[in-house]
Amino acid sequence: MQNVSTRPKQGSGGWKGFRLSPKVAPYVFVAPALILFSIFMIYPIIYSFLLSLQKNVAGEQKWVGLDNYSRLLGDELFRKALFNTFIILIIQVPIQLSLAMLLAVGLNSKFLRMKSFFRAVYFLPAITSLAAASVIFRILFADPDGFVNSFVSVFGFGPIHWTLDETWNRVLLILAITWRWTGYNMVIYLSGLQGIPEDLYEAAAVDGASRSTRFFRITIPLMQPIILFTTILSTIGTLQIFDESYLLTNGGPQNATMTVGFYLYRTAFRQADFSYASTIAYGLLVIIAVLSFLQFRFTGGREEAS
Amino acid sequence: MEAEVNMRSNAMPREVGQRGTLWVVRKVLMYAVLIIGAIISLFPFYYMFMASTLTKSDVLAQPPKLLPQDKLFENIDRLMSDSSLKLAEGIWNSVIIAVLYMVLSVFIASLSGYAFAKYKWRGRDLIFGLFLATLMIPSQVTYVPLFKIIAGGNPFDLVWLGTIQAVILPGLASPFGIFLMRQSMGQFPDELMDAGRIDGAGEFGIFWRLVLPVMRPSLAALAVFMFMSQWNNFFWPLVAQVDTIPTRIGALSGASLIDYSGIMTVTSLSVLPIMVVFLLMQREFISGALAGSVKG
Repeated sequence: MQNVSTRPKQGSGGWKGFRLSPKVAPYVFVAPALILFSIFMIYPIIYSFLLSLQKNVAGEQKWVGLDNYSRLLGDELFRKALFNTFIILIIQVPIQLSLAMLLAVGLNSKFLRMKSFFRAVYFLPAITSLAAASVIFRILFADPDGFVNSFVSVFGFGPIHWTLDETWNRVLLILAITWRWTGYNMVIYLSGLQGIPEDLYEAAAVDGASRSTRFFRITIPLMQPIILFTTILSTIGTLQIFDESYLLTNGGPQNATMTVGFYLYRTAFRQADFSYASTIAYGLLVIIAVLSFLQFRFTGGREEAS
Repeated sequence: MEAEVNMRSNAMPREVGQRGTLWVVRKVLMYAVLIIGAIISLFPFYYMFMASTLTKSDVLAQPPKLLPQDKLFENIDRLMSDSSLKLAEGIWNSVIIAVLYMVLSVFIASLSGYAFAKYKWRGRDLIFGLFLATLMIPSQVTYVPLFKIIAGGNPFDLVWLGTIQAVILPGLASPFGIFLMRQSMGQFPDELMDAGRIDGAGEFGIFWRLVLPVMRPSLAALAVFMFMSQWNNFFWPLVAQVDTIPTRIGALSGASLIDYSGIMTVTSLSVLPIMVVFLLMQREFISGALAGSVKG
């Protein structure tokens, strides 16, 4: 206690000499993040919006109001990219989340051995880079000589034209995404399941509720906030897919797996049409906002548990 | 196992009769599903490592080869000696970027998370709200301006294309990390901070010497998450024209004369370090990834 008066003198060398008062300290602490954030986040968000209202005419930026946005609405390629993305969304997200739930319920079982082994194995794809996963899948599904085609030919199928056929190209993309993300969602579900008190199930079992009744009446309702969270997360993720579209299918035959992310990349960095690329980005922003809002609304939007 | 089963059957008397065959069938089925799932999860990795030991043409040979051969070092030699692939440069950049990004972003996130959690100051809630709001904005919105910033020709006029800072800086102040750190810093007892002040420690000293050591588990979780996100990053290094392992994979797979075993060798190189760290630090990895589920 006596030290209080002597300490400040002692700390007068080097950076310790800068004594922050508790009043100033938080501003100093938050400053690095805030500065970086303003330059690399806030400024770009505003700048991008301004760009979307402009057009490059003969090397000069001109204000064109909402012209780019009306171009976007009539843009067939954008519509196709959006359509592709929505197909993935409608098919892949439910498959992936149901699979994740199935695996999570299985892994949560009391009798199971080697739980941590299974958990680690399922989670492994999620730590792999999308670039790596994409090229592995491209070689596994190579057309016509890849391993998967050899495998299905054992059962008398194929060869399946993964790269030439629009539908199979989409299937390929969906398989790759499912492989990458199912385990990630499973781990989220697993942690949710572990939060459900066991006595709930036991009480229900005593009352004669069957396994499926217990699942649909106890597990699903209690997991609803987490399911909502993973749905929104997967939706946002799907709408932003780039790496797979670029490296796995390269947009696909007749742009079958061209995603909005890939279209944006092409517009900005191959065609150098920065204004229109910004418009695409803002179009995406609106779609994501609307979808997240709708999902939140339709599922009752309970916030507490997660 | 026996005891466990008996306990369950006591708790659920109505099921005792079914415990016999039905229970066994259910258990077998469950294991079957989980094991098939595990095989599907692991097979692509096996195939990748296996293919990196084959010759170029053996990868797509018919019938397919599924056992490793001895060409791994030949593949590595071929890739390393082809200077146009810039593989060594890619590995070096990947390591530097991921490590620097990890250290700096965790430091910045913990500093500001601490400020948000442990101090009352004007504008705190507003600024925190701002960080949170941007979590919901798709990153695509910032790509074009960020490219313009690092390519020059803007008010700041940085000409950073192809430099490491062009990859590191834009994502350095991660709202996700700040949010996560605020959550865990909130649990640090105020009394300890006051005790530190009485003992004459400065505000930064309290943060550095009292708070951070206690926060080690959450720092580790955030660190592995940050390292992984940069190590795996493909899009931004591609745009910023910096050679990293992912962009090298991209370049190699886009080449006209496709070197399949080469691609798998590079891919193995990129996956292996993360895999090893994952096996060593599973808990941190999973809690870092799960932390995302707290942000909703």
